[in-house]
Amino acid sequence: MYSLSYVKAKSLKEAAAFLAKNPEAKLLAGGMTMIPTLKQRLARPTHIVDIAALPELRGIAAKGGRLVIGAGTKHHDVATSAVVRKAIPALAGLAAQIGDPQVRNRGTIGGSLANNDPAADYPAAVLGLGATVVTTQRSIAADDFFQGLFATALEEGEVIVRVEFPLPKRAAYSKFHHPASGYAMAGVFIAQTAGGVRVAVTGAGPGVFRWTAAEAALAESFKPAALEGLPLDASGLNDDIHADREYRANLVRVMAKRALAKISGKK
Amino acid sequence: MAKVTIKVNGKNYTKAVEDRMLLVDFLRDELKLTGTHVGCDTSQCGCCTVHIDGRAVKSCSMLVAQANGTSIVTIEGMAKGGKLHPIQRAFSECHGLQCGFCTPGMIMATAGLLKDNPNPTDEQIYKGLEGNLCRCTGYINIVKAVKMSAKLLRGKAR
Repeated sequence: MYSLSYVKAKSLKEAAAFLAKNPEAKLLAGGMTMIPTLKQRLARPTHIVDIAALPELRGIAAKGGRLVIGAGTKHHDVATSAVVRKAIPALAGLAAQIGDPQVRNRGTIGGSLANNDPAADYPAAVLGLGATVVTTQRSIAADDFFQGLFATALEEGEVIVRVEFPLPKRAAYSKFHHPASGYAMAGVFIAQTAGGVRVAVTGAGPGVFRWTAAEAALAESFKPAALEGLPLDASGLNDDIHADREYRANLVRVMAKRALAKISGKK
Repeated sequence: MAKVTIKVNGKNYTKAVEDRMLLVDFLRDELKLTGTHVGCDTSQCGCCTVHIDGRAVKSCSMLVAQANGTSIVTIEGMAKGGKLHPIQRAFSECHGLQCGFCTPGMIMATAGLLKDNPNPTDEQIYKGLEGNLCRCTGYINIVKAVKMSAKLLRGKAR
């Protein structure tokens, strides 16, 4: 790790002011991606500003037909929260599948979203549920937030404060784990929402995306059969040592069917 | 330099450390608690697992500065009064180790698992130890040791 200065922020305001003054400073939450990145010398910030313990980023609440989760909430706390399990059980189930227990004890939802790893789990839920990412500056719709490989709509110095999930009628997530890393080779989040069916795919492409052909087909008939023979262009999908793009396209289809089966209560 | 005050195995330590120092290096190099191992150093193997404020974490994947003000338990803090912790005893009796390098991390991960789930199924044990690797691949006896640990901790074994 290159030399750097560790700064513990006392408030969001202080963190934002520090970032504004120090353009090469980076935020640190759980650090489950940041610390390994620093260790590999893939990043060289002058400072890391620790916001993990800020009370402003805490809390899980269901109110006004929405589930609100503070950005600093750890995966373990989302996975085991009675409020989340009641409001959106698929979200609690997704959080329980992230990484491993030690990672879930440190990693946060805000950190995962800001990092936007193309194989991370939370982006699938946030996009699949049509959630809103609330920052220190504005509210960003999920459809605008994710902008491909490790890219988001966040501006320099903008900090995620909380995520607001509208409650779906029904939802489910199905993921094919990479056997070593636990990341999604393909993960599909399907939700029946007030605005229609949403299908979000992570792990398969360079960033989370909506499978619009599946959304249209499931709006007609909300059954696994509706996905048979449905087009899914493999040309833009990831092609690497772990799986080629055709294999990933097939995984997406299989995960979508499994998610649907979960929604309808069939294993 | 950062000044940290951390309780480790019940004892308070205040030290000035480099901002970039990892928690595992603090434990091993500063406090000479070398039971916490560095296996992969890339947050995959779990050999460096310790408990911070009661939760299992990988000490190679955080800075000691992030642990300022917390209470940490390492493998050295498990045995009490010269008597093995029930999980240590179970790993010994079930031969839940081959070379032993992963064992401190396995034991700390097991303690974390059993805290959340005192009576896990085989499947739950596999999931609960997903963050720990045994490169001798001695998993069968590790799972046996976790089951015996659970029984001992529930007061149901000898």
